[in-house]
Amino acid sequence: MKPIDSETKHTWNVYQKDIANDNFYYARSCIRQNFFPASEHMFLHILRNVLGKHVYDDPNHTTCTGIGYHSDIVPFETIQTVVARHFSLMTEAGLENIAISCVTSFGIYTEILDTWHHFPEQLEQTREFLYKATKREFNLPKTIAHTSDIIYKFRHEIAEKSTYSLVNIETGNPLQAVEHIGCHYAKMFPNKGIGGAEFPQVLSGMIQAWGGNVVDYPERRHCCGFGFRNYLVQANRGYSISNTQKKLESMKPYNPDFILTNCPGCAMFIDKWQYTISEMEGKTYDAHGYGIPVLTYEELAGLVLGINPWDLGLQIHQIQSDRLLQKIGIPYDSTMKYTDSKGNALPKPNVPTYILQ
Amino acid sequence: MKQFGFATSKSRTIEYEKINSALISYIVENEPSFSSCMSCGSCTATCSAANLTFFNIRRLNMQIRLGEFENIRQEIDKCMLCGKCLLVCPRGINTRNVIMLIKKGLVTFNLVE
Amino acid sequence: MIDVIIIGAGIAGIDTACNLHDAGYDVLVLEKEKSMGGNVQHWSTLFPSKRNAHEVISYYTEQVRKRGITMYLNTFVNSIKKQDDGSFEIHTSREVSFKCKSVIIATGYSLFNAQRKEEYGYGIYSHVLTSADLEKHWQKQSAEFVSPTQKPLNKVAFIHCVGSRDEKSGNHYCSKVCCVTAVKQAITLKQQSPHTQVFCFYMDLRMYGPGFEEMYREAQEKWGIQFIRGRLSEVAEHIDGSLQLKAEDTLSARPFKISVDMLVLMVGMESQKSTAMFAESCNITCASNRFIQPLDHHLQPNATNVEGLFTAGACIGPLSVFDTLNHSKSATLAVTSYLK
Repeated sequence: MKPIDSETKHTWNVYQKDIANDNFYYARSCIRQNFFPASEHMFLHILRNVLGKHVYDDPNHTTCTGIGYHSDIVPFETIQTVVARHFSLMTEAGLENIAISCVTSFGIYTEILDTWHHFPEQLEQTREFLYKATKREFNLPKTIAHTSDIIYKFRHEIAEKSTYSLVNIETGNPLQAVEHIGCHYAKMFPNKGIGGAEFPQVLSGMIQAWGGNVVDYPERRHCCGFGFRNYLVQANRGYSISNTQKKLESMKPYNPDFILTNCPGCAMFIDKWQYTISEMEGKTYDAHGYGIPVLTYEELAGLVLGINPWDLGLQIHQIQSDRLLQKIGIPYDSTMKYTDSKGNALPKPNVPTYILQ
Repeated sequence: MKQFGFATSKSRTIEYEKINSALISYIVENEPSFSSCMSCGSCTATCSAANLTFFNIRRLNMQIRLGEFENIRQEIDKCMLCGKCLLVCPRGINTRNVIMLIKKGLVTFNLVE
Repeated sequence: MIDVIIIGAGIAGIDTACNLHDAGYDVLVLEKEKSMGGNVQHWSTLFPSKRNAHEVISYYTEQVRKRGITMYLNTFVNSIKKQDDGSFEIHTSREVSFKCKSVIIATGYSLFNAQRKEEYGYGIYSHVLTSADLEKHWQKQSAEFVSPTQKPLNKVAFIHCVGSRDEKSGNHYCSKVCCVTAVKQAITLKQQSPHTQVFCFYMDLRMYGPGFEEMYREAQEKWGIQFIRGRLSEVAEHIDGSLQLKAEDTLSARPFKISVDMLVLMVGMESQKSTAMFAESCNITCASNRFIQPLDHHLQPNATNVEGLFTAGACIGPLSVFDTLNHSKSATLAVTSYLK
């Protein structure tokens, strides 16, 4: 039997989605701004200043209440009305392409639009609730995209404008990357994700376009373990961390240079749990005792575009990216790591017991 | 080590590569009919011990295949060797001999204290 | 006007054509492929006897030749139109159309495209094969199977019900022959490579035919093939190129993980797309499984809701070779009694 080459890996081509070319209404995430503070700013910077697109960042926009919804606190009717309000703000701004920053929100928006498609009475009820509460009306979006979809769409344009590529400058070999896709990106609605749910292309496409090599590790499709209520209750966090650990164990043999994620929860947990596991069990998942850096797709795009790593907020991550920057050949000033934009010194974080810095 | 108020959980997944197959190989070698079990459960349904305790001869088969020997010694002692399971087995498995082989095998392969 | 036009030159179509010819009727066989024999021509051996499938094909080729039955190959049927006088007009990819008194649809089945079960990695991981790939391999060379990675086959798994009993794949029904085919293939593999450990992942074992249960027992007792009750959920590749399978061992009620060197997907049967086309062109009723609905399962298994239009073989649903040939023989009787 003839071995099957990469040319035949075409299944994902079936799953393509309509992503707008311009004019986006930006729906921010509630937790991303805290955990990876520069990512959303970088999305806006890349879209506006690098690609010349129009994105409206609306100050009136709120949380989607997704975490509350998935923790059985916010009822479905409520979250539908909150989402309807965002559609109303989008309509008011004269836009019809919604760009959603968070995978949980993306799942929520997709689920709600699908619900309205199958149960139009729910849509009518939501229109009524929103009107009674706010006197607002709304149109449904013409296109709905996660912001990683949009970066994916423009990955080649970003590559053209890039300063660095994901190649180890010492060996000349492509960096080995692993990716992790948030469950709610495509596991609920596989046809709403680029490449579907089993072999999503959204992040691997970026890595490849920017010169890196993607490793298909055995537990690639496994959940990071966030699980909302499984994390929110301290006693349940054992489930959460065990799922991340399963992934880390599975990717370790490939010696990945970094992990790329598109979901706020995943990026945070895969990063922070590396610290927790090391403190609990003394284990680290990098061959040399450093952790594996976890990046968002905006941070990765920012790096290849030559943006200062500290402006990308990489120092805020648990696992430090210094070694990754050295591999790519990105110059950085260690002394500027913990200073604010005015050059004032910020407090330095404590040093972990096991993970080397 | 730091305490966080929670700990990583032990995986419940059976990993085939980690299974200790010493006992199952020994039984199948000496009582080949054991491999023809189709897990119908008629043995357990009729078992005198199963009606009074957690003893479950069908499950015992699964446990041995998966190399899980905790409690097996204790479990096996509940068997009264009445032979009813042998009578009902649709595949004619000599379950009495299987029980005897488990007892012997546990000692031979040093699987219990 | 021709007495009977038979659509499909698989074993059902040929068997019916020969029997009708012997009964004195004028028959014409239309086949869309470039050769006769249908799906069976791509199969290596047939259960339960493991006889060479080629013997069946050469037997029927000889029967057709002896009788001088007219057969048009490379002829795709576009539509069937019932005329006011009860006869039929068949339009094909050829320029001429054909007129006949009655029609037998013997279009059989097509195999499920395993790429649709993305999570099983067919077309992505090189050592994921289908049951059909394995038969084709054995047909070409009876030698021991060599893994595409050229590594020794230490462990091989067969997955039952791929594209069958799976509403997510759009197929809620059982394809009937895959269980016994898996057992047959697993035994063949063991015969060729006795040191390979072989596993069958099944939901139910449907050993319905004569000799099937005996094969299952032989697989367990003689060959040590392990049957694990659980449906495969996901396949991934390890760094060494082996495949990680995730299933539940449902009898132990625990997740089950195993690494194998080759995976064989037992692909099920689907109604031919072309069958759906004829069905629409002359309003033949199809069942919820998209195969043609027999007028009466027990008393008129070959008749359809269209008078004068009959079925032979697996166009009515998944059938084994044995069942197909029985069904084609009853088709002969049904048509004979209609034309009298």
